Amino acid sequence: MGRPHITDSTDMSDIALLEWYRQMLTIRAFEQTVLASHKRRLVQGPAHTYIGMEAVAVGTCAALRDDDYITSTHRGHGHCIARGLDVNRMLAEIFGRATGYCKGKGGSMHIADVSRGMLGADGIVGGGIPIAMGAALGCRVRGSSQVVACFFGEGAINQGSFHESLNMAAIRNLPVVFVCENNHWALSAGFEATTAVSDAADRAAAYSMPGHIVDGNDVLAVVETVTQAVQRARGGDGPSLIECKTYRWEPHSVFNTQDPRPPEEVEAWKGKDPIQRFRTVLTSRDVLDAERDLKLQREVDQRMQEAVAFASESPEPDPADAVRDVFA
Amino acid sequence: MGKTITFSEALNEALHEEMHRDPNVFVLGEDIGVLGGLFQVTKGLLDAYGGERVIDTPISEAAIAGAGIGSALVGARPVVEFQFNDFMTIAMDQIVNHAAKLRYMTGGQVEVPVVMRAAVCSGIGMGAQHSQSLESWFAHVPGLIVIMPSTPYAAKGLLKAAIRDPNPVVFLESRLLYASVGEIPEDEYLLKLSQSFVHREGNDVTVVATGRMLGLALTVAETLSKEGLELEVIDPQTLKPLDTETILASVKKTGRLVIVNEGSRSCGFAAEIAATMTEQAFDYLDAPIQRVTSKDVPMPVSRVLEKEILPSQDAILQAVMACV
Repeated sequence: MGRPHITDSTDMSDIALLEWYRQMLTIRAFEQTVLASHKRRLVQGPAHTYIGMEAVAVGTCAALRDDDYITSTHRGHGHCIARGLDVNRMLAEIFGRATGYCKGKGGSMHIADVSRGMLGADGIVGGGIPIAMGAALGCRVRGSSQVVACFFGEGAINQGSFHESLNMAAIRNLPVVFVCENNHWALSAGFEATTAVSDAADRAAAYSMPGHIVDGNDVLAVVETVTQAVQRARGGDGPSLIECKTYRWEPHSVFNTQDPRPPEEVEAWKGKDPIQRFRTVLTSRDVLDAERDLKLQREVDQRMQEAVAFASESPEPDPADAVRDVFA
Repeated sequence: MGKTITFSEALNEALHEEMHRDPNVFVLGEDIGVLGGLFQVTKGLLDAYGGERVIDTPISEAAIAGAGIGSALVGARPVVEFQFNDFMTIAMDQIVNHAAKLRYMTGGQVEVPVVMRAAVCSGIGMGAQHSQSLESWFAHVPGLIVIMPSTPYAAKGLLKAAIRDPNPVVFLESRLLYASVGEIPEDEYLLKLSQSFVHREGNDVTVVATGRMLGLALTVAETLSKEGLELEVIDPQTLKPLDTETILASVKKTGRLVIVNEGSRSCGFAAEIAATMTEQAFDYLDAPIQRVTSKDVPMPVSRVLEKEILPSQDAILQAVMACV
């Protein structure tokens, strides 16, 4: 198979490329802010950072329309930022404040903004996959042309929900793109030790859908492949499974101080930094220079300071709100 | 003007009417299309509405539940059928961790208008994996509405209301009721959720009975009436959120309470009502509250054995006599 064809539906202008770069910088800075805030005891509950995986979220969401949907995972901050969520309200949610996206009821693992098609992060590994398939079915029933992108980690592909949902999506040709973020480690469990296939994309054959392996640290490669899958889905030709090979730089969550992964492996992947790679591409194309890069980074850092100020100065929830929002 | 109809026909009418009214209403589940459902509740829907809205699914309960929840999130109105409520245990992550909690976890951003129907198939020798009555499991989870209709009238009116409700609803139908007949209005009607129904008024003992148990309780009530003992028989209809007020008012009047529920005894729905009435009506009670439930035993197949486990008219009678 040749390289996937880039369709007109994904804007590849310099402005778009710079926006993706800015999003990747924002994700990294946001996660560093979360880690620093955890040390300052501002974070309530767990938080799982996306550092090292930025190209997957940004590349995938770049291929979507504004009215498309995504489902996310416990490691969902990157998906939120790539989907255009406000970092103030995201951080406020992670701090458990009333101004957060979920009024402090969801925390890091449940940030959602339905107005931006972000149907929610999910604390159950594999739990979002049936929901994404269902959302695609709902789009079909309503007669809309929307597509759903479903993020999940490689750990989720051994859940029954993965099998059931991909099969059902395939038999009904549902408009969903399954994006497997293979960061190689499910907490302490390595991919090879827990999975009978060497590539998650191999599983696609069991559902007669296309399976693609993408360098998940190459944002342009992710954009290309997801764009093709989105076009296929929107055209009524059914779902695809895309495996993005990537790596998380930090331990599983802020609560995990022990990291069972070989330090040399972690270091090797840091050498494949998706942001540095994209920076090199943009510089070589004269889209970015050192001055503009520095300016962008300063803007992002400034944005994070504002977010910390907003979140930490936001009010705690009204205790009376604890019992609200159970039923509509 | 009314008409006589079976319980399953009443449910079928509700689905037909709601699918006709709202193009976003659709049904999915195992064997619901061509076959019309294991219990014929979805009969005729495929011919009327086609395969895009009447979806026969693989045997994939978690995905079936997720299909309902996900589609509900984006504006569809799914009615999911699980055949036996025992099979819902395979989909518990989707039902418990997702359907029930998505609204709360997102700070009220979403509505999850999915109806999850399933049959309670006790009393016909289906054995331990096809005869459970799991209403208490679902009622225990914050965020789920739990409904158990007892008559064709309730079945139709409550199912239509459930489909229009913005919340996830678990709708449990007793297998032995499907062929039962009752009168319903000719014209369209809906019933309010979270409203108990007083089927029979009486001053001596309050009997709260759910689902199929209502019929047993009413038979016992007729028998005892001949002996001068008047039971007040109440069907909660919606088990969660429960209309406590109707039961409370009755208990304050009679001072005696028997609860009949088909689920197994420990931590069951009967225990919940007993606890609530102990808290709120202790000073009005003239006798200990009695529970009639299934025993804490997996359901055996043999009719002789199954009868030993399930609530019976005799057991209800004894419970009533124990508190008068």
